[in-house]
Amino acid sequence: MSVDLSQFHQVFFEESNEGLDIMEAALLELDPDNLDSERIDEIFRAAHSIKGGSGTFGFQQIADFTHVVETLLDLIRSDQFKILAEHVDLFLRSVDCLRTMVTQSEQGEECETELSNSLKSEFEDILNGRESGASAETQNGGEVDANDGQSDGARGWQIFFRPSTDILRTGNESVRMFRELAELGDLEVDVDASDVPQLDDIEADACYLAWNISLFGEATKEQVDEVFEWVVDDSELTIEAIDIGGVGLAEASSSNTSEDATSSAKPAPVVAEFAPSQVVAEKPQTTAAKAEPKAKREAKAESASIRVGTDKVDSLINMVGELVITQSMLGELGRNFTVDKLPRLMEGLEQLNNHTRELQESVMRIRMLPISFAFSRFPRLVHDTSKQLGKHVELELMGEQTELDKTVMERIGDPLVHLVRNSLDHGIESPEARVAAGKDEMGKITLNAFHQGGNIMIQIIDDGAGLNRDRILEKAIDNGLVKASDNLSDEQIYDLIFKPGFSTAAEITDISGRGVGMDVVRRNIQELNGSVEVESQSGKGSTFTIRLPLTLAILDGQLIRVGSDVFIFPLVSIVESIQSYDQMIHRVSSGCEVLRLRDEYVPIVRLWDIFSIKPDSEKLEDGLLVVVEGDNMKIAVLVDDLLAQQQVVIKSLQENYRSVDGISGATILGDGTVSLILDIGGLIKLSGVSRAEYKKHVNEDDSAAA
Amino acid sequence: MATILAVDDSASMRQMVTFTLKGAGFDVIEAGDGQEALEKAKGANIDLVLSDVNMPVMDGIELVKNLRTLPDYKFTPILMLTTESAGDKKSEGKEAGATGWLVKPFNPDQLLATIKKVMG
Repeated sequence: MSVDLSQFHQVFFEESNEGLDIMEAALLELDPDNLDSERIDEIFRAAHSIKGGSGTFGFQQIADFTHVVETLLDLIRSDQFKILAEHVDLFLRSVDCLRTMVTQSEQGEECETELSNSLKSEFEDILNGRESGASAETQNGGEVDANDGQSDGARGWQIFFRPSTDILRTGNESVRMFRELAELGDLEVDVDASDVPQLDDIEADACYLAWNISLFGEATKEQVDEVFEWVVDDSELTIEAIDIGGVGLAEASSSNTSEDATSSAKPAPVVAEFAPSQVVAEKPQTTAAKAEPKAKREAKAESASIRVGTDKVDSLINMVGELVITQSMLGELGRNFTVDKLPRLMEGLEQLNNHTRELQESVMRIRMLPISFAFSRFPRLVHDTSKQLGKHVELELMGEQTELDKTVMERIGDPLVHLVRNSLDHGIESPEARVAAGKDEMGKITLNAFHQGGNIMIQIIDDGAGLNRDRILEKAIDNGLVKASDNLSDEQIYDLIFKPGFSTAAEITDISGRGVGMDVVRRNIQELNGSVEVESQSGKGSTFTIRLPLTLAILDGQLIRVGSDVFIFPLVSIVESIQSYDQMIHRVSSGCEVLRLRDEYVPIVRLWDIFSIKPDSEKLEDGLLVVVEGDNMKIAVLVDDLLAQQQVVIKSLQENYRSVDGISGATILGDGTVSLILDIGGLIKLSGVSRAEYKKHVNEDDSAAA
Repeated sequence: MATILAVDDSASMRQMVTFTLKGAGFDVIEAGDGQEALEKAKGANIDLVLSDVNMPVMDGIELVKNLRTLPDYKFTPILMLTTESAGDKKSEGKEAGATGWLVKPFNPDQLLATIKKVMG
């Protein structure tokens, strides 16, 4: 029977990643001076499982690497090796390396071996330094093998077997072994019952017998050994080759030579001749063998799975059951409906409504995972980064059980890392500076998650120096983001750090200056229909607050109307909606119109023009202007009317139709009509009011006015 | 048909073992640790136990010791799924009353061959 092992790969990858998370968390909590044996066990078990799984499922490089990790862990576990802080660090680096290897395997790539090999030799150095007797042991093993090989040519085996009296109590049975031996050749078994005691002394489950066994045939010593593998240690067992005269021996030795001609008997020069051609012949074989499983893995790599608690599945099944009952009740009603049954119909519909809503909630819950999945990497990150920066920082995690959509979780990871790095690098001061400011030497970063309304809020709070208002302003003026004459509130100034092309760090550091600015953080969060804000108090610290929708499947929308069509704006992207007056509209040189909104100029986009539909009125003053923000710029969209705000379920256009510029998806409204959800970034592109162009016009306009 | 109790804390290993055994026509009961296995074993009629050694809550060695105290499991074959590095675990398992072992990593064919050895 052949089993396709690749079907278990996905589970193995998930399990390995979980195991690595456990290892990492336990390692970070490990105190080398005061070893907690449960922690070590936990780490060992995780490594052990990864090794077992990777070996079984054919990820040999992972298995080989985990083997050395596990070996050292085993020594630590059994108190044969004293773990030091530097070893904890080595283990942590190994966890990183394994994580990379697992990811590479998951994506069907070859495992990177440079790092793992160098780590492996670090482990081997430690292990070798400890036990120098290891090499002698392996040599011994080699000798034994050679002996076995020599006796392989025998024509049979004479075996004496006296098992321990306990053999039956371990579930072993001699009869079973004889049956197995019988498969190897002709078998003769003589029982030796001389040790059977008096009837009164016999224990029912003890074995008092011994056997003399003759096995005839071509069976090798290994095959015979294997039969007794499980009992050899506590049995009396001798296995000797049967000598059945000269003819047999001669035959045996001749067959031996012909089989093993290349490997043993030939003199050295012949071997040398053989060697190159063998190598050449083997090489293409190995590459072919490698390429095949790789291609196989690639095909399987995409299908991600999700782990769901059984309670969630149970509640879902329960809900479906309810729905089926309601459905059959309504069906029954419908078959012979009379007006007097109207109350029951209403009741049934009410139930249907409730069950559908509950079902929807249950289904949503399936995709929800506790945010601890996203938080779990931070203890390590803070540990490593603060060490690198020479700062003392403790991390506090709050609200780890707050649940969040899996997709949102996956995509919020990077922005969170960036913000935490930023707080470590720019927020928390050096220990000296903290002491000088009268603060505790130990800085603190808090990650907090909680639900608020239909949103999840994630806060990154540091008790560092706070944002430097004056430096931000100065920098923003230098970069032309604002003018010196602008009268900005503190909040507006702090918000400038999220603008493209802004970075206060005088020099790019290794920690937060990875070529990504806060503008990217904000853009990534906005792509998730979320927002990010910062509050700061000089000397006391800063708080970054991320607001995210609970799920990407449902959106808070503002319905708007143009002519007979209803569109939806994501509520988070709307800045404000205003009735326009003529004096607020400026026409700049290229014929493009801008709305003067307090101190800003916002280009006006006519939705009817972009989508070529017929509006109620083409005039600006007849409609409403909805100011929306996307891609770091604002536009004012002309619509005929604002309708209700409601939650809408997002349907993918790409899957159901094809992707359309300016539209991010569609939904079905209560009356059954399809409504399109507008994509602000797409609208900006479609309308051709790219930022640079619009800025130029505004500047020209400004200078013309001046 | 014979029933096998498969015990491993690793879900992927458990799935692989179960899939292989079911494919060969066995009934399989799964457990994620020794404690769970012991409880499941008490209520069921099991012909063979396959157990990992390293597990949380109750490890494989403890499981064997506990099973052997139950009258129904006095002679039931119990195979430990162990790794070559855990050499001492083999004797520990034997002392506890395990029938034999299968060395990890193993493939489905090796698994079935070993089971054939004890089930005949």
